[in-house]
Amino acid sequence: MSNLAICNRCAFRTKHGFHVGSVVFAVLLWFFLTSATRAQMSAPQPAAKADATVPAMEPPVMDNQIFYHILLDQFEDRTNGPDNELRWDGEAWAGTDMNKLWLKSEGFSTNTTVSDGDHEALYDRPIPHMRYFDAQAGVRADLDSGPKRAWAAVGIEGLAPYFFQFAPTFYIRDGGNVAGRLVGSYDLLLTQRWIVQPEAELNFYNKDDPARQIGSGLSDLDTGVRLRYEISRKFGPYVGFAYNGKYGSTATYARKAGETTNDPRFVFGLRLWY
Amino acid sequence: MYQDDKSEARRIPRVSRRRFVQGLAIGGAIAALDGGRRRAFGEAALRSPEILTGKHFELTIDSLPVNFTGHRSVATAINGSVPGPTLRWREGDTVTIAVTNRLKTPTSIHWHGIRLPADMDGVPGLSYPGIAPGETFHYRIPVEQSGTYWYHSHSRFQEQTGLSGALIVERNGKDTIGFDREYVVFLSDWTDTNPETIFSNLKEQSDYYNYHRFTVPNFLSAAKKKGLGPTASNRLAWARMNMSPTDLSDVSGATYTYLLNGNAPNANWTGLFRPGERVRLRFINGSSMTFFDVRIPGLQMTVVQADGNDIEPVTVDEFRMGVAEVYDVIVQPKENAAYSIFAQSEDRSGYARGTLTPRLGMAAVVPPMDPRPMRTMVDMGMGNMAGMKNGGMAGMDMSGVDGMKKSDMPASSKDATDKDKPSMAGMDMGNQSMAGMDMSSNAGKPATPSAHDDMQPMAGMEMGSSSGTTPFPQPGPTTMPIMAMSGNANADVNLKPSNPVQMRVGPQVDNVPMQVSERLNDPGVGLSGNGRRVLTYADLRARFRGVDPRPPTREIELHLSGNMDRYIWGFNGQKFSSAQPIELKLGERVRFVLINDTMMEHPIHLHGLWSELENGHGEFNPYKHTIIVKPAERLSYLVSVDTPGRWAYHCHLLYHMEAGMFRTVVVS
Repeated sequence: MSNLAICNRCAFRTKHGFHVGSVVFAVLLWFFLTSATRAQMSAPQPAAKADATVPAMEPPVMDNQIFYHILLDQFEDRTNGPDNELRWDGEAWAGTDMNKLWLKSEGFSTNTTVSDGDHEALYDRPIPHMRYFDAQAGVRADLDSGPKRAWAAVGIEGLAPYFFQFAPTFYIRDGGNVAGRLVGSYDLLLTQRWIVQPEAELNFYNKDDPARQIGSGLSDLDTGVRLRYEISRKFGPYVGFAYNGKYGSTATYARKAGETTNDPRFVFGLRLWY
Repeated sequence: MYQDDKSEARRIPRVSRRRFVQGLAIGGAIAALDGGRRRAFGEAALRSPEILTGKHFELTIDSLPVNFTGHRSVATAINGSVPGPTLRWREGDTVTIAVTNRLKTPTSIHWHGIRLPADMDGVPGLSYPGIAPGETFHYRIPVEQSGTYWYHSHSRFQEQTGLSGALIVERNGKDTIGFDREYVVFLSDWTDTNPETIFSNLKEQSDYYNYHRFTVPNFLSAAKKKGLGPTASNRLAWARMNMSPTDLSDVSGATYTYLLNGNAPNANWTGLFRPGERVRLRFINGSSMTFFDVRIPGLQMTVVQADGNDIEPVTVDEFRMGVAEVYDVIVQPKENAAYSIFAQSEDRSGYARGTLTPRLGMAAVVPPMDPRPMRTMVDMGMGNMAGMKNGGMAGMDMSGVDGMKKSDMPASSKDATDKDKPSMAGMDMGNQSMAGMDMSSNAGKPATPSAHDDMQPMAGMEMGSSSGTTPFPQPGPTTMPIMAMSGNANADVNLKPSNPVQMRVGPQVDNVPMQVSERLNDPGVGLSGNGRRVLTYADLRARFRGVDPRPPTREIELHLSGNMDRYIWGFNGQKFSSAQPIELKLGERVRFVLINDTMMEHPIHLHGLWSELENGHGEFNPYKHTIIVKPAERLSYLVSVDTPGRWAYHCHLLYHMEAGMFRTVVVS
């Protein structure tokens, strides 16, 4: 875990978040790859144990294989009639059962600006004695049309009882800034292929960040309900309704900038994974 | 319908010289090499793999364009055939098999259920490094048993792509079963999807192939029938654990087409008979992931052999086959009518089908599939005893079983029968000397094949048998039990597991049942109380007395464990790569106790050594090579550790094995 401590220190020392992010990312990648290799190498070699004269062989089963997947959970147009914005929210992971690298990215895009751009690189490992939850640690970079921010990130992600997908994450950056994010979703099956997915994301901050129009406390809620049709497991077009609300001083910043704090929209998009 | 799978179909190499076979892949183009003398068994067995007989066989493994589904794909074939040719060996022969690999990847062939020297077992990484591309490996196997078996690749997912076939060993001597005609019925599951993709899909979404998950309308109709309260509390009880009672088969008919002798259901494999004949059907479950429930509407089936070993005939309407299990049945159709061989998958997502008919052109009605079953809380190890008893009794029509006594139950730590009867009782001495011959002929077989010539009968008996350090013969009409050493007589009393295991949940273990029970009387999920007489494990009573009456001196306890959501599988909460081998001592007799902590059946296969299922028949406990352990079941079997080497021990669900449900067993 020493490299994680290094990450934290970096994040505290410098304000050039983007570079710190890439350095920490590289460290994490290195840790991830070496631990995966270690896992492979530390696998017992029954061959060697049983009979030293037997030549080295591949093991009979390869249960430390590296898999990778990309899930674009939201890739949609949000419209309220006159105004359209593109929303994306996706994740990718690569790794073995016990060691994974996660990448997450989400944001809004209009013709002119990108907002709420949040990109994370996390090392992921199942939590001992828990069945369905992984611990994740790494970095978050806020990269969009606004000022850049870099955070150290620690969280868990997994399946809560009753099949709720649940992922709380904490973020820390220089200047004693602390943030929290809570993401949850649920799949309700109308049929084997028609699936309703309610989903919500809440963001909290301990300090104002006027440059990014963020206020302390609960800053925003992004929630929605989407009805998708799984033409295949990996290809599901959907329609739905999304609501984005801003609260507290975040709402005040938005009003000052002439933006709405209550933003209900219809959505249509695609859920894809590979 | 399932477009996702089609889009992932393997690319078809553009090799024009290769045959393109519509609907079935029985080529046989490269076959008929020297030694492989062809013989027309079951002359009218339409579209079956060809039959090779003799003492020397030449098998060539290559890829083969096929079309089982209406879409072109590529299989891994043996001699241009999927399944591969049926091999017929003869007990007492030493067969040689030259296997040539024309693939671009290493391959292997494992002889499932055959007792042989460990280096001939065909498991890459244990027996040998595998067969490299372009190379030929020469197997040399002294055949010391008879019955129906099969063979398959032990390299990654080649078995799923068709690299398997039937293996019949004829008894050296008078046939013990008696039949006029025989057919192999080789069941398999075919997919156009690359197995690597299937495995990867399961890692990302373990219910990827389950198109029978609970839905809102399901809930409403159940609530209407059983009341809102009970339905809601049932659903919540499952959901609280993030598990689903609809979880029956990890890979389903959503991607599988089920084949019978390499024929899709609409291709309708057909076997001919004359009314009144005794027809022997050699059922082999050569699938990768599918349990089949087999019946022939209108005909009763008399099960005469299980996993290659004769059992006391038991007549049933239906039987379940775990992956890799083998059952030989006799049917005697008397009418001048056609019959459907109907093998539906456990999750009712599809079926394999063929026809028995007195003349070509006749076909019988294909019955509808049974209702899709559900797992219960008993499968989670959360049932109460009353519920469990009822579950067991529902399928318990035990007319054929007489040896079932409470004291015989494997749960009790001693085997009453062994103690009550001296091992030599009832045997005449003529037989005994034959048994001595039989066993000594096995002495030192791997190292010195010439032992035949200069053997000492009595020395062979003493060295090879009572110490258990040379292979015991397969029980047969001329074998008899060895004399147990008196020192061991009490060894079984109060036997404790040598490796007590404390299970707890974690990333590799999603369930630790509160209550496990022996479920040998239970035919399995979906079969209890279906109005048919269904075979159970309690029905399997060996026809010939076991050859090793020694009580076990050691108990090895293994929990079958896994995390369905993560798709990690293992034993005792550990997958293969993080576990140590199981060490056995040559000559010892051990009891394996399996406790299934998961909510799925696992067919557990021990290579190289027989697994004598403790199902209450004492010295007539059946010898098996693959044993199904039901959800929340605890069962046990005895193993005579008589062949040295490094053996594979694994769940025969292919993707479970590759996910880690595998151990090396080292006999030294």
